[in-house]
Parts: sequence; structure tokens; C-alpha cells
Amino acid sequence: MKNNAIPNPLNRRFTRFIRSESVSALWLLAPSLAGFSLFYLIPFGQSVLNSFQDRWGEGFTLSNYEELLLSSSFQKAASNTFWFTAISVPILVAVSLLLALLLNQRVFIRNWLRTAYVLPLVVPVASIVLVWQILFDWNGAVNAGLQHVGLDRQDWMKSEWAGFVIVLVYIWKNVGYNVILFLAGLQNIPGQYYEIADLEGASPVRKLFGITLTYLTPTTFLVVLMSVLNSFKVFRETYLIAGAYPHDRIYMMQHYMNNMFLSLDIQKVSSAAVLMACCIMALVFVLFRMERMFRSYME
Amino acid sequence: MTKGWVAPLLRSILLIPIAALLLMPVVLTVVNSLMTEREMMANYGMLGQTDTSLFVNLKWIPDWVSFQQYDKALIATPKFLYLFWNSVYMVVPIIIGQALVATLAAFAFGKLRFPGREGWFLLYLMTMLMPFQVTLVPNYLMADRLGLLNHSSSIILPGVFAPFGVFLLRQFMLHIHSSYIEAAKMDGAGLLRILGSVALPMVKPGIAALVVLLFVDYWNMVEQPLIFLQDAAMQPLSVFLASIQEELLSVSFAVSVVYMMPMVLLFLSAERYFIEGIQLSGVKG
Repeated sequence: MKNNAIPNPLNRRFTRFIRSESVSALWLLAPSLAGFSLFYLIPFGQSVLNSFQDRWGEGFTLSNYEELLLSSSFQKAASNTFWFTAISVPILVAVSLLLALLLNQRVFIRNWLRTAYVLPLVVPVASIVLVWQILFDWNGAVNAGLQHVGLDRQDWMKSEWAGFVIVLVYIWKNVGYNVILFLAGLQNIPGQYYEIADLEGASPVRKLFGITLTYLTPTTFLVVLMSVLNSFKVFRETYLIAGAYPHDRIYMMQHYMNNMFLSLDIQKVSSAAVLMACCIMALVFVLFRMERMFRSYME
Repeated sequence: MTKGWVAPLLRSILLIPIAALLLMPVVLTVVNSLMTEREMMANYGMLGQTDTSLFVNLKWIPDWVSFQQYDKALIATPKFLYLFWNSVYMVVPIIIGQALVATLAAFAFGKLRFPGREGWFLLYLMTMLMPFQVTLVPNYLMADRLGLLNHSSSIILPGVFAPFGVFLLRQFMLHIHSSYIEAAKMDGAGLLRILGSVALPMVKPGIAALVVLLFVDYWNMVEQPLIFLQDAAMQPLSVFLASIQEELLSVSFAVSVVYMMPMVLLFLSAERYFIEGIQLSGVKG
């Protein structure tokens, strides 16, 4: 009884803790934290461990990484993925920037145009696969056009050209996404800047480089990052168009991972995932660093 | 701003053909789905054959508008409806589950103080940026350990707890002015009450954006079912459509239209939320 009447400090601190914001936050977070840990965090830790273990799940070894880096199919997948990203991202960013600049000015039926650019983003790739086949098949429409103007037809999906087709599909799919981001960035540039430039008699080119592109740079960093991340998803399109065994030129990282999953080579698939996670973290770090440098330079 | 109409017209003339080019695959799919089977075979029957010098015949207007393909795909072949149902069966629980889980967590991350907030959020953010090539490995390991492989929950559960929703809704939560929450606290409202009657009405557009973005992403899924579901009968329609063979060519346009319609209609009716979601997140998910 006495104990209850005069609560000791420890007890009081405990009740305050129970009622505190931290504990309520924990309750709200509990489902998400539990699920996130269970399906992402803990098993990722597991795969880091796996990647350093031998086939029987023992010891510490770098042999998985060694085998991975030396395997010719991994090299092929990594270099194809790298080159795909290196080529398609600059093209995509340039095209979408150009479209956004045009759309940001006075244009007829602007909202309709914007909808048209964004629509491919929501169209399931699978439902468009047939159209790509009709276009790029050996007997397809593109070859028909080529023959019509007297050029040789190409086996688009089964030659070096396959990479080119995939770049096209990637741009078709992602251009609207980047246009949305660029348009938002353009709308955030204060109109006064242009008015001041007009008063000073700046030329349109000077306004484009001095104001528009300069103040758009933070958006551009975001667009580049998202385009790179989306370029890793191009497996979807590749798989749907060319199947599980595509031409060598478009054998992507995810094809390699799928084969490793199928052969249940958990050690190798783990080390590939860890390696890729490191690459992405490095890339994100570099981009954020560059953006910060740019910001401090602006101020 | 009224500088005449010549420049806008020129810009439109430049932009319209590009828009038409982007829409072309969709229009072609819809138009072709209205052709009769015989017309389909006459135009596209030579696809994938090497021993012919015939070319496909791109056709924009069917000779005869017919719903024969739809009839055959939806009524005569129940398989397609079954696969369509597979897609629904996986996508709907993911959307509802992730919206629920993420709303609670995003409120905590955006509006409450607790130790480790920044650290945890950084973990969510990094995970969100990882491509499938990385995240599918932990997903697979856990599904294997829990014995969920070849069962749709191996796709649904990681989907429910994917970090994207937490990130997106936190962005919306951050826009809520703290004074609203302080005022509710003064009135003696508990946190759940504040979440329900103050925060939730204000992040409704965020939830709408999340629903649309998740639908786009998971309706399209290919990577997860390929690895997690061995059984072809469990695959969503997105995977099956890729493997359609010649004998089904004649109906596949109709199936494609049926598959893209929910997505396209949702987008057209909620375009504002979709665009807002992308602008606030910078992530397609």
C-alpha cells in the first residue's frame, strides 16, 4: 500500500516512458519495422553472410566473389547492363529535358500532350509485347519499310541490333516519368529571374543556360538517379520481348540472377546481389555528393 | 504573355507527332483487338516464321469490326480470366496492406520523435533505391525459410512491407503543419485519434497516389513471379502474355486490351494523383 502511495522515481520514469511519444511511435512502427526486418533487412544480412561462405555454408571465403567475377556469363551480364545504362540514360535524359522545355511553354492541347507522354508508363509492358514483335520481327513492319526503300532487312531481335531495340523500348516507357519530374522542376524556377534577365536584355540562349538549366540542376540529378535505377528494370521489357534466352547483346544482370536462382546457387546469387548493392550505394553517394557541391557552389 | 499563336503552333506541330509515336503501340493494340481472327492471321500470320518472304501488314482500320477475339479470349477460353484473377489476387492485397502499414509508419517517421528515427529511415530509403536484382535475394531467402515459395504470399508479403509506401506517405506527412497536431494534443486527443482525424484526411491525396503507383508497378510485375512461382497456373497474366504462342496470336490482342484497361482507366481518372505522387517521390516504385 505504502509503495503505491509514494511512487518511487524509477516507477514514475517508467510510466512516463510508457506514455511517451517514443513508445507510441514504436506501436505505429511495429508492423512496418517487423515486416521490413523480416523480409528485407535480416535476409539481406543473411545473404551478405552467404556470399562469404562456401558451398556447404561454412567458413569464410572470397571464392564466391572470385568465381563470380571470373565467370564469363556474369561478365557478359554486367557489361551489357553497364553499357545499356551508359548509353540509354543520357539519351533519355536529353530527350525528356527537351520535351519538358517545349511543354513548359505555351502549347496547344498541352494537357493532352502530357497525358500522351505519360501513358506508356502505365501500360503494362506485357500487353504491348505483340506490337514490338510486329515491328521488329524478321517479317516485321520495320523490315517491310526497309525493303520498300531498298535496304537490307535486319534480324532485329537476334543480332547486335537487339540492344538498340531495347534502348527504344526503355525510352518509350520512361520518357513520361522524366518529363513529369522536369516539368515540376521548371515550375519551381521563380518567374522574376526571367523578368530581370529580360530587363537586362539577355538573349534566349543565355536565359536557357544561365537560368533554366542552372536552376534545373537539382532536378537533373534526381532524374539521372531515377533513370539509372529504372534502367536496371529493363529486364522486364527484355524478358517479355525476347524470352529467357535472348541474344547475347541483351543478356542482362537479371537474366544471370534468374539462372542462378534456378540452379539454386544461393552463394553466387548472394554475392552478385551484395556486389550490386555496393555499386548502387556508391552511385547514390557520388550523385548526392555532386549535388551538394553544386549547391554550395550556387550559394 | 499574349505573344501571338505562331510559336505555340510550331511547338505543337513538333510535339504532336512525338505523342502520336508514343501512343502508337497502344492504339495499334486496341485497333487490332477488333479484327476478326481471319484478318489477324492474314496480316500477322507470318510472325516468327523464317521460310516466307511475306511481311506483316500493319493495319490501322479493321475491314470488319468484330468482338470475336474478346468472345474467344474471355468466354471460350477461361484460362485468361483465371490468369487475370491471379493478377488481381496478388495486387489487391499488396496495395491494401502496404497502404495500411505505410500510413502508420509514415505518421511516426514524419510527425513523431523517437530514437533511431533518422537511421531507420535511411535504411528504408536505401532499400527503396535497390533494384530487384538486389531485393529479390533477401525476399527469396526468407520465403524459402518460411516455406512460402511457389505460393502467392511469397510475393504478397514482401510487397506489403516494401519501403516505398512509407517513403511516399512520409513526404506527404511532412507537409502537415505541426500546429495542427499540437492543437489536437492540447485538446487531449490520443495519437491514434490524431492520426485518424487530423493526419489521415490531409494525406488522402498521398494515399491515392500510392494506390495508383503501386497498382502500376505490381500489375506489371514480371521479376517476382518468375522466380517465386514455379507453377505456370499461378503466374499473373503479365508473365503469361509474353509466352503466348502462334496458335493464340489471334486472340492475344484482345487479352492485352483487357489486361491494360484497368490500368489505363485508373490512370486517366486519377492522373492528378499519379503525377503528384511522382513529383513528391521521384520514385516510380
